[in-house]
Amino acid sequence: MNLTLKIWRQNGSSDKGRMVTYRVEDVSPDMSFLEMLDVLNERLILEGDDPVAFDHDCREGICGMCGMVINGVAHGEQKLTTTCQLHMRHFKDGDVVTIEPWRAAAFPVVKDLVVDRSAFDRIIQAGGFISVPAGSAPEAHSVPVPKAAADAAFDAATCIGCGACVAACPNGSASLFTAAKITHLSLLPQGQPERESRARAMVEQMDAEGFGGCTNTGECTAVCPKGIPLDTIAQMNADYLKAASK
Amino acid sequence: MAVTGAVLVLFLIGHMLGNLKIFLGADSFNHYADWLRTVGSPALPNRTLLTITEIVLVVCVVLHMWAAVSLARRAAKARPVKYAAKRKSQANGYAAQTMRYGGVIIVLFVVWHLLDMTFGTVNPKGGDATPYDRMIAGFQPDRWWVALFYLVAMVMIGLHLRHGLWSAFQSLGLTRRPRVRGLLQKTAVAVSAVLVLGFVAAPVCILIGVVK
Repeated sequence: MNLTLKIWRQNGSSDKGRMVTYRVEDVSPDMSFLEMLDVLNERLILEGDDPVAFDHDCREGICGMCGMVINGVAHGEQKLTTTCQLHMRHFKDGDVVTIEPWRAAAFPVVKDLVVDRSAFDRIIQAGGFISVPAGSAPEAHSVPVPKAAADAAFDAATCIGCGACVAACPNGSASLFTAAKITHLSLLPQGQPERESRARAMVEQMDAEGFGGCTNTGECTAVCPKGIPLDTIAQMNADYLKAASK
Repeated sequence: MAVTGAVLVLFLIGHMLGNLKIFLGADSFNHYADWLRTVGSPALPNRTLLTITEIVLVVCVVLHMWAAVSLARRAAKARPVKYAAKRKSQANGYAAQTMRYGGVIIVLFVVWHLLDMTFGTVNPKGGDATPYDRMIAGFQPDRWWVALFYLVAMVMIGLHLRHGLWSAFQSLGLTRRPRVRGLLQKTAVAVSAVLVLGFVAAPVCILIGVVK
């Protein structure tokens, strides 16, 4: 199939940036979206042009590096998938595809489709440590964890920190990411000693990074490649309110 | 946002129940309106309950609007460069998308509503008529556009509460477990629907002549 791509090109953070139109021909439906961009980039390099910069690493949907807004939807319209797992069979011949980076003040564009997500790292850092001895692995049954808590904590822990939630949020809020990270520890016994101080520090860091406020529209969870539920945001709010009321 | 919204919802429930007294006849309705003015008398001065309610409502409305404006401004600051492609909503929540313009419609409605039913400025009977007469006169068929405006505003309030109630439960951290969450989702839908139906009942019945 042949596609028309409209891609955001921006040469560094000080460049103003613009949409540039490219034609890509003979795209196989079996290619992933990133492989399709690889084809474009190979041609651009042969022609002496600057290839389109985009983040990627594992290409199997678990590292959280890739991500772009495809036709107005973070990671494209295919549910529960990262951009690397989106295949070209979901597009048809002659389609015009608009490709943009995540748009958020807290995620400045590094180049083209690559954004700097260090703000997420700083939110994680603000969470600090948990009080467990870090020596040899403890006996697995020494700390009982209820099955329901283990399942919900694991669901939250599947967050890969790709940033699609921020990109999709009409308010540019990082609540789903921060909530996932807070919830995954706050439901487990190991996370209890610092539960409230952690929630408070992470929420305050999230606000300090310049993300927007949550209005519970649910756009984040709808595009999340891991399907992190909105329940996590309620958990974050509950932990934060408890910490703030002390 | 959640706390001020909750206070306003409690007021709406009381207001709707009071409105429904119109179906019990002029005496019942006027007597209720009079009771609201004289409750607690002579121990308390007249209009004690009303004055307290008015102050609480004005404070809540102002804080609610201030919170909404701050959220909108924060959102604008958090995404200085907009997307070129139109953002396609992936969540199936139509109500959530009506919050900001719906809120403006509701404020405009409240202004009209106060001029109509409280001060009587735009009411055919004026401010000196009994509350029952004002209400009946307000929704006569020749003023169908007033009733229509009320209906549109009530639907906007319904949508506003549909998302607002659920959003308040979420912001207060009550929706952490799937079962409670499902229950509160249904509560949000049910309370919004009951309020809309309760509020449109009187204007519609007056418009079609069931209540005279």
